[in-house]
Amino acid sequence: MNRFRFVMEEVWQGISRSITLTIALVATFAISLSLLGVSLLVGSQVNEMKDYWFDKVEVSIFLCTAGSDTPSCANGPATEEQKSQIRTDLEAMQPLVAEIFFESQQDAYNRFIERFKSSPISANVTPDQLPESFRIKLSNPEEFTTVVNKFLSRPGIEAVRDQRATLSKLFSVLGGLQALSLGFAAAMLVVTSLLVGNTIRVTAYARRREIGIMRLVGASKMALRLPFLLEAIFGALLGGLIAAGILSFVKGYLVDQVIATSFTFTSFFGWDAVITASLICIGSGTLLAFITAWFGIARHLKV
Amino acid sequence: MIKFENVTMAYRKDGHPALDDVSFQIDDGEFVFLVGQSGAGKSTILRLLIKEETAQSGNVLIDEVNIGNLKEKDVPKLRRNIGMVFQDFRLLPEKTVAENVAFALQVLNKSHEEIRQTVPAVLDLVGLLDKANRKPEQLSGGEQQRVAIARALVNRPAILMADEPSGNLDPDTTVEIMRLLDQINKAGTTVIMATHDAGIVDQMRKRVIEITNGAIVRDQIQGGYGYS
Repeated sequence: MNRFRFVMEEVWQGISRSITLTIALVATFAISLSLLGVSLLVGSQVNEMKDYWFDKVEVSIFLCTAGSDTPSCANGPATEEQKSQIRTDLEAMQPLVAEIFFESQQDAYNRFIERFKSSPISANVTPDQLPESFRIKLSNPEEFTTVVNKFLSRPGIEAVRDQRATLSKLFSVLGGLQALSLGFAAAMLVVTSLLVGNTIRVTAYARRREIGIMRLVGASKMALRLPFLLEAIFGALLGGLIAAGILSFVKGYLVDQVIATSFTFTSFFGWDAVITASLICIGSGTLLAFITAWFGIARHLKV
Repeated sequence: MIKFENVTMAYRKDGHPALDDVSFQIDDGEFVFLVGQSGAGKSTILRLLIKEETAQSGNVLIDEVNIGNLKEKDVPKLRRNIGMVFQDFRLLPEKTVAENVAFALQVLNKSHEEIRQTVPAVLDLVGLLDKANRKPEQLSGGEQQRVAIARALVNRPAILMADEPSGNLDPDTTVEIMRLLDQINKAGTTVIMATHDAGIVDQMRKRVIEITNGAIVRDQIQGGYGYS
């Protein structure tokens, strides 16, 4: 306990002597880790927007439901004959059609509820409102138009869609955003690690008397290094906590209060994504602080 | 026992060696003056003993342990057995006398109990118990040097090394410090003191090792500063 208090006093002295530098350290950690966190959240959002089938199939054939109002659905829900005809035709298109999945209304409902569990929209949906569908995996995804043309406007089919094509533009924007924030985060983390090294140099200079005496009386390498390591880790932890606060603000205010109210067609990442991203930020920040401090100390602190 | 065997040490590879083929031996409990002009190599001998520097050739031994071969992790252990005192005292200005002495124990992870017992005892030894709560700036030079000596002794080292301890002190204060060092030596601690203060050396009549240009030119029992 005595030992702990002594080390903490040393750390506090180091921090208070170079308070502006410590503030700079915490601020850069906060900014770089927030950027890292935002890029993680964008990644979560992309995953959130990809439905179950997104990475598995190219073409989805949605069958008519009672509520469909396209001309091809004028005769009501798709009949059993129509469905088996579609399946036969699809099977005839092998090998272009590599795999065929059939999703019933109940399956569709289950997935919908799962996906929009955090959205109020799920309360108003019943299985009969959701279309049955054939989900088709192609051996050559480029030829999806062949399939689209064959089934489009056929009675009993409401729509044939390549969801990948419609969403890919949005995803490329989000992907760009993610890459951008990741790039800034990487650049800021480099700056942060330089600042860690600089802080250690300044602290080592400010504490040169103490360090000189510590060395003379035979303080162990760890006793010499610990205050520096703890100071860097303190900066990273505080910066990481601020970043976690910023991410919570992004979720709690920007996403839930502002964005979600104008974009009701999709669900957004939940608090679990925010917690995961925050933990990753704090963890990686601390690790970075530890590693750069360790090497910085080796450079500026002779045993 | 301290032993230098043909030690050569140069600060720069191509420069003149600070120590040139130096050999001597100091037994436990001895009091030895290292004398010579500034830059003669006195401090280099002390620096080699605490492995601040490593000799290019020859052996530096303390109790049969070759200091030159010591691993980095074992250097702190070596230094715990050697107390060091300097001309400029090297006290921490924001800490009190007692805290300055306690600092040497705290960094070695000593218990609160041990610190509470040892610090007053060593302050009593150097005659500063009544000034335990003063800051260094409130003390005279001689008193500051006593604090430094107390700090050097608080871990009960076998060897006390002093590098020009009287360099910043007036003659009367110097005599007090020398008396203290003598007292410490009589209690069993080996004392090695580098100095170019001829007055002290002549007065104390201890063993004198004189160094000129990195070489020992005299090693005399009960010597004076110059030849007598």
